Amino acid sequence: MGGNWKSATIKPEGLHSLIGKLRDEAYRVVGPTMRDDAIVYDDIAGLDDLPKGWTDDQEAGRYALARRSDDAYFGYNVGPHSWKQFLFPPVETMWHAQRDEDGAMTCSAPSRPKEKFAFVGVRACEIHAIAIQDRVFREGPFADNAYASRRQDAFIIAVNCGQAGATCFCSSMGTGPRADGGFDLALTELLEGGDHRFLVEIGSEAGAAIMEAVPHAPASSEQVEAAAAIVEETANRMGRSLETDGLKELLQGNLDHPRWNDVADRCLTCGNCTMVCPTCFCTTVEDHSDLENRTAERVRKWDSCFTLDFSYIHGGSVRTTTHSRYRQWMTHKLANWIDQFGTSGCVGCGRCITWCPTGIDLTEEAAAIRAAPSKADAQ
Amino acid sequence: MSQRPRLAVWKFASCDGCQLSLLDCEDELLTLAGAIEIANFPEASSAVADGPYDLSLVEGSITTPHDAERILEVRAQSKYLVTIGACATSGGIQALRNFADVKDFVAAVYASPEYIDTLDTSTPISGHVAVDYELHGCPINKAQLLEVISAFLAGRKPAVPAHSVCIECKQRGNVCVMVQGKPCLGPVTHAGCGAICPAYRRGCYGCFGPMETPNMAALSREWRALGAQPRDIKRALRTFNTWSEPFRRESEAHAD
Repeated sequence: MGGNWKSATIKPEGLHSLIGKLRDEAYRVVGPTMRDDAIVYDDIAGLDDLPKGWTDDQEAGRYALARRSDDAYFGYNVGPHSWKQFLFPPVETMWHAQRDEDGAMTCSAPSRPKEKFAFVGVRACEIHAIAIQDRVFREGPFADNAYASRRQDAFIIAVNCGQAGATCFCSSMGTGPRADGGFDLALTELLEGGDHRFLVEIGSEAGAAIMEAVPHAPASSEQVEAAAAIVEETANRMGRSLETDGLKELLQGNLDHPRWNDVADRCLTCGNCTMVCPTCFCTTVEDHSDLENRTAERVRKWDSCFTLDFSYIHGGSVRTTTHSRYRQWMTHKLANWIDQFGTSGCVGCGRCITWCPTGIDLTEEAAAIRAAPSKADAQ
Repeated sequence: MSQRPRLAVWKFASCDGCQLSLLDCEDELLTLAGAIEIANFPEASSAVADGPYDLSLVEGSITTPHDAERILEVRAQSKYLVTIGACATSGGIQALRNFADVKDFVAAVYASPEYIDTLDTSTPISGHVAVDYELHGCPINKAQLLEVISAFLAGRKPAVPAHSVCIECKQRGNVCVMVQGKPCLGPVTHAGCGAICPAYRRGCYGCFGPMETPNMAALSREWRALGAQPRDIKRALRTFNTWSEPFRRESEAHAD
């Protein structure tokens, strides 16, 4: 902690003017806002849209809003949404095809409105999640141009976490709670002494340029220290932890562990964990044709390794049992991802724990296997 | 003679809601009539042409000896037979009779029960004849119906996923009502409605029947944890798809 803090602060009104400035520059500004008894990510126009004075109580399979004793704007943990729904939309048309009178086919790319996103309130774990999806969609041999274009244009305002949720474990994954890069601006909310301010770090030229237009003040060394202390305190208060030492080998060496059957008893194969995961990137495509067989389109949708269709190949589905599907997801996320992409696929945000309807907790599953590794598998 | 494939729409024990979904396709109806010959659809036209038919859409369940015979004739006249809706696919709400003695109902409802000739059970079409495709829902989703007909015309597989409602709920950006404390059947229910009820902050009612691999016991345990009584679970499963195997068995595991 400490170290690279830039010394500027803004007041809440400064954040309001920052949001306005981004809107003036044709950004679609998305941030935390209250809807459906939750703090979700949606369009925001200013401070009034933020969940001021609210927080969330989370546990495995449970989420509820609660009032805070202060007026913090970012005093909550990550919620049901993630930024992936904007950079990697759940449903996207890939191409259209049209058959003319002579029977000749023409294919065309769908017209996509050019959209520049500004994300307000991106947590450190979420920045790491975006970086992981970048490796999948931008940096592989088959880049996804639509993703790359949205990503390229995105302006990211990070917020360092002032509290950890009961299902958070970013400290274990080395992905937070302090944003260590990958942002244009990073804020730390300071509430002490009735002087509500945000300490601002500048992470890019675009961030520096927009700050020119926002009223700000130099930060005192006390403010810089206070910000560092807040994030340090958050790091010490993680609700969950995951021992990552040797985890890849542990999981890869325990594919027949009885624990997989135990979790299968509780798993609904509903796919919620994969939908809320900010790094899960699997998709399926649906081909549609019209009644006259003159037009067709291919639509890409978020898919889940918990469906039967996901592993359907000639002759049937490969993973028919629940334990094989849960094992596929968890071993990919925590172990095989490392072989595939060089990092874990988990950023410790805890969404899969909170938003599992039966509260299955992958940190608990991993710990159970570690506590009694299968002898048969360990060679 | 028309070269267009010939369509027939049949009604068995049902409310007509699913076949009305076809008439409800107002924007596509003329195109549909151009692409397919609507040969036998009494709900739409009294001009009924004889079979055979290339595609039969069958609504409703089998509840009378007469209908048990009639479905055999429908099958014999149909190249492809697609059931539409919960009644045809799982027996419908009227399958509640299967848990009781139908004679008691008849005696309670009709002044002259001796005129009523009905079966003891309400059963899905697949219990009587081979079915080529089952479209779920109470009622069916008209976009899915058009998808099934378009796929039939193009000779391709319909894009109708059998996974949970949760996946389309999340694709829609809804917040999970179950994690917020409201019992919901979404995790065990077949997708297709677009997660309408959770979008309006209600738990799923299971109108589309069981999803491909429902874990009923795990869902019931979670409902209990949320405060639902065994009777609540039983009642939630005793609706439009109650005679589907997973819903029936789980409903029988809970006391009144």
